[in-house]
Amino acid sequence: MQKYSVFSLIKNALTNHQNWDVVWRDPEPKKEYEAIIIGGGGHGLATAFYLAKYYNMKNIAILEKGWIGGGNVARNTTILRSNYMHDANSLFYDHGMQMWKDLSQELNYNVMYSPRGILNLAHSDAQLNAYARRGNSMRLNGIDVSLIGREEVKKMIPFADFTSNARFPIFGGLLQPIGGTARHDAVAWGYARAADDMGVDIIQHCEVNGFDIENGKLTGVQTSRGNIKTKKVGLCVAGSTSLLAEKLNMNLPMEAHVLQACVSEPVKPLLDGVVTFGAGHFYCSQSDKGEMVMGGDLDGYNSYAQRGNLPTIQHVLTEGVALFPNLSRLKILRTWGGVMDMSMDGSPIIDKTHIEGVYLNCGWCYGGFKATPVSGLTFAHTIANDTPHDLSIPFRLDRFNTGHLLDEKGLGTKTWIS
Amino acid sequence: MLEIRCPYCGNRSQNEFAYGGDATIKRPELNTEVTDQEWDNFVYYRKNPRGNHLELWHHISGCRQWFKVHRNTATHEILKTLEMKENL
Repeated sequence: MQKYSVFSLIKNALTNHQNWDVVWRDPEPKKEYEAIIIGGGGHGLATAFYLAKYYNMKNIAILEKGWIGGGNVARNTTILRSNYMHDANSLFYDHGMQMWKDLSQELNYNVMYSPRGILNLAHSDAQLNAYARRGNSMRLNGIDVSLIGREEVKKMIPFADFTSNARFPIFGGLLQPIGGTARHDAVAWGYARAADDMGVDIIQHCEVNGFDIENGKLTGVQTSRGNIKTKKVGLCVAGSTSLLAEKLNMNLPMEAHVLQACVSEPVKPLLDGVVTFGAGHFYCSQSDKGEMVMGGDLDGYNSYAQRGNLPTIQHVLTEGVALFPNLSRLKILRTWGGVMDMSMDGSPIIDKTHIEGVYLNCGWCYGGFKATPVSGLTFAHTIANDTPHDLSIPFRLDRFNTGHLLDEKGLGTKTWIS
Repeated sequence: MLEIRCPYCGNRSQNEFAYGGDATIKRPELNTEVTDQEWDNFVYYRKNPRGNHLELWHHISGCRQWFKVHRNTATHEILKTLEMKENL
């Protein structure tokens, strides 16, 4: 692999950028692989990369029905955080936050990791108390976080509505300084390039149509580009998980829902961190291009369409304008949607299945992007050792039978009430 | 925007409705032996189809009736709406 550095940039600038290597190969599928990862999104690419890097597997393929990084890794709002209350979640996601710090160096690809801070606003005393509780819980798990008052919030985001007319006055907030953003496409491309460099075959436009199973053991997968033998397959297909599970005769505790996000026209630097509105579901950050990146609720009905409807956008932006009145002067540039694999307790599932050699990585709801490195690492461990990683033991599928649910929000099984 | 035909009020905008989830889930019968697996299936496990889906909606800002909607989850097309007592 051609190493990216300031020197390679200068060298290639002198030759009009005509001599850059191809970033990853476009190989034909082989007859057999040691392991196959289905899904060339962030989690699938990261899983293959860590399998090759730490678990000494070299003969791996990633099968992607579309193209690399064209699904949810391209559709999220790029936010990194680990502000969860339950131990299992905070330890898992914070391990991920530590991995983000060195990811650009590890991949030799700039993922534009930017720990600019994430601020959850509170709009009542009760909400501030709840944040104090969550902050304390995070601190007990060694995560830096602080509870800040209205005056400190005002210094950070003076353009929020601090007037006496504010519909939801700001009482304070919970600030995680290490939270922030990373460039989502770069994460997919960086993992793809690094995995390809370690010999992983990235096979695009290759859809999995079925599985070959003999005596409860996986022997291969049937794809649109022929049958491929393998003893291990990992599913990293997010919103399509139930569709592949159906081919395995499995039902999952999961529903597919569409989540939309949008960006405004670009403006000069306004907001340097990530801010979440506490009186509804609205959050906002500013991209490096200057667009205000905004998101909120699910559309709220089962959907496999990668597009949603305007009432949700209107609802989310109404909340946005209640928080930041100056947003009302901006035009919306783009809206889009992605299919979320909403699990029944709001937490992911990383596990093996009752079929030997079939592994599941799903149920990320709308929070999968930040977990890309740690999901890849723990899933690679699960596939390689046929046993869960210490960090992902709480995310086993059997929690829905034993009752050890990880319901951070306490919403129960109404996955669409986000 | 979805336009949903409430069986009682006719075509109304999506804004007036609340979603109620999969309408095909059946609670295990009372006064029968229910295994843990049957109970888990009822509470957590869903077919989650890509295609036609029978689901519950509530006309919460209208007549406040619950009813069933047969809708395609890939295209969002609404094929039919039914009263609760009706079956497809």
